[in-house]
Amino acid sequence: MSGKICFVQGNEACVRGALYAGVRFFAGYPITPSTEIAEHLADQLPRVGGKFVQMEDELASMCAICGASLAGFKSMTATSGPGFSLKQEALGYAIMAEIPCVVVNVQRGGPSTGLPTECSQGDVMQARWGAHGDHSIIALTASSIQDAFEVTVQAFNLAETYRTPVVLLFDEVLGHMRERLEIPEAGVLPVVERLKTDVRAGVNYHPYLPREDGRLPMSDFGGVHRFNVTGLHHDIWGFPTSNDEQVVKLNYHLFDKIESHANELARWKEYYLEDAEHVLISYGSSARTARALVEDRRAKGDRLGLLELQTLWPFPAQLVQDKTANAKSIYVVEMNMGQVASQVKAVVANPDRVFLVNRMDGHLMTPSDISQVMRVVEGRGF
Amino acid sequence: MEKYRFLLSGSGGQGVITMAILLAEAAVLHEGLIAVQSQSYGPEARGGATRSDVIISDSEILFPKVLQPNYLVAMTNEAAGKYMPLIRPGGMCIYDTDLVQPSRRIDAMLMGMPMQKAVLEKFHKTQALNICVLGALVTLTGAVKMESVEQVLKARFKPAFHEANSAALALGAELAKPFLSAN
Repeated sequence: MSGKICFVQGNEACVRGALYAGVRFFAGYPITPSTEIAEHLADQLPRVGGKFVQMEDELASMCAICGASLAGFKSMTATSGPGFSLKQEALGYAIMAEIPCVVVNVQRGGPSTGLPTECSQGDVMQARWGAHGDHSIIALTASSIQDAFEVTVQAFNLAETYRTPVVLLFDEVLGHMRERLEIPEAGVLPVVERLKTDVRAGVNYHPYLPREDGRLPMSDFGGVHRFNVTGLHHDIWGFPTSNDEQVVKLNYHLFDKIESHANELARWKEYYLEDAEHVLISYGSSARTARALVEDRRAKGDRLGLLELQTLWPFPAQLVQDKTANAKSIYVVEMNMGQVASQVKAVVANPDRVFLVNRMDGHLMTPSDISQVMRVVEGRGF
Repeated sequence: MEKYRFLLSGSGGQGVITMAILLAEAAVLHEGLIAVQSQSYGPEARGGATRSDVIISDSEILFPKVLQPNYLVAMTNEAAGKYMPLIRPGGMCIYDTDLVQPSRRIDAMLMGMPMQKAVLEKFHKTQALNICVLGALVTLTGAVKMESVEQVLKARFKPAFHEANSAALALGAELAKPFLSAN
């Protein structure tokens, strides 16, 4: 890779990634610690022929990106926990109406307005289940500036591929931290463009009739085809239906189109897992802490390894099972009360060997936070 | 190796975070080093304690925060009281003699300079104080070359500020010089 080198925050890396992926519309309402995403896109989008709108609130922002995406533009919004709560209604709409878009949540301490300028990873379950009703969702995260760039590109790719909202679950430390970013030349990272229908103007186009491969080609709303978009259960035209068969089929479709691809959607990094007796599982900024501890203990001869998850949803169950199969103990390192730990416990053979290492005072977990818990578990006292 | 672990602290509005960004950016863009800059501040727009951490290293930096700085900059008494006890024994504390009365009981090289006073005399306002501090910091630590900082200042700020920034940087270097000859 020999691209442009810059020194940027995680939030700006996200913006650069979004531009690389072809974002052309942003609607949002500023909130710490995500504000710089809006700030940089306000500057950048007009330069590439895109539109930036500061909306009256978070729900309206989410609605606006649904509309822009249906009209053919790669769209995103960015917020933090309090705003993410407000977006849930329209996020559910985007899931139901199968509208590709990217929603960034730079997590801060919660619940409610919580700790505006401090770090947390407390919205993992909200990303999964914040919108009501049975559904599935894709949520990605990152622990470095370079990875923030790359998973943002990937988020747009997955949104287009699966016609679904993709959540980027960053956190305050990553959003505000600055380090080196190398922006690859165009074409180095794959960019998935919108799959458009080849149905001609004047010929019936069914927006919700999947192709053989399950994908749904789109037609720019307001363009050459007439169709309906609704949050109600709908038929292949997009018109409301309560037909039993169609209702169940749609529910399964919305769930399976993501869950049946869980293995392909799994993104991760791993360190020293081949012979690890103790496996740490972490993600986001706390994965840096976990890795610092693993490197330190490896230098002393201890067999620790790290599985860093970049895909949180759909939960990479198979990956976690495979990578922890030989572990004597598993430590889930996260800045919440065990939102990923509970998922790990649910999928591994020995859930009683899974331990939560957490911190929730708004400060980034330190390596000694982890080693203290490990000492207790290993019976070496406090 | 993480040779330089800076903790830069003061009050919101003093330009502490900007100073940290300039330092880290100089290391990454102009010296090919690895650097991470992070920050913590309260919900206030002005006032309140502000800190920014910079780690400069020749290898990958994992944990991005500074737990035990070997270089501390304190621009308020509150910051000095809070962060001086964290200094690695024998580390360096750079502070403003008019803003901070440091504890003499901490095992650190105390490098106090009347930076705010000097900036006020020269520019009749304190806007460039952080650049002056940066000049002193770079002179005393040698973490990056002064030319690298100059290049970052030119790239980051409008041409109208270039002259004042260079002068403020030089002022900090001048104030720091007596400490260099003393060592």
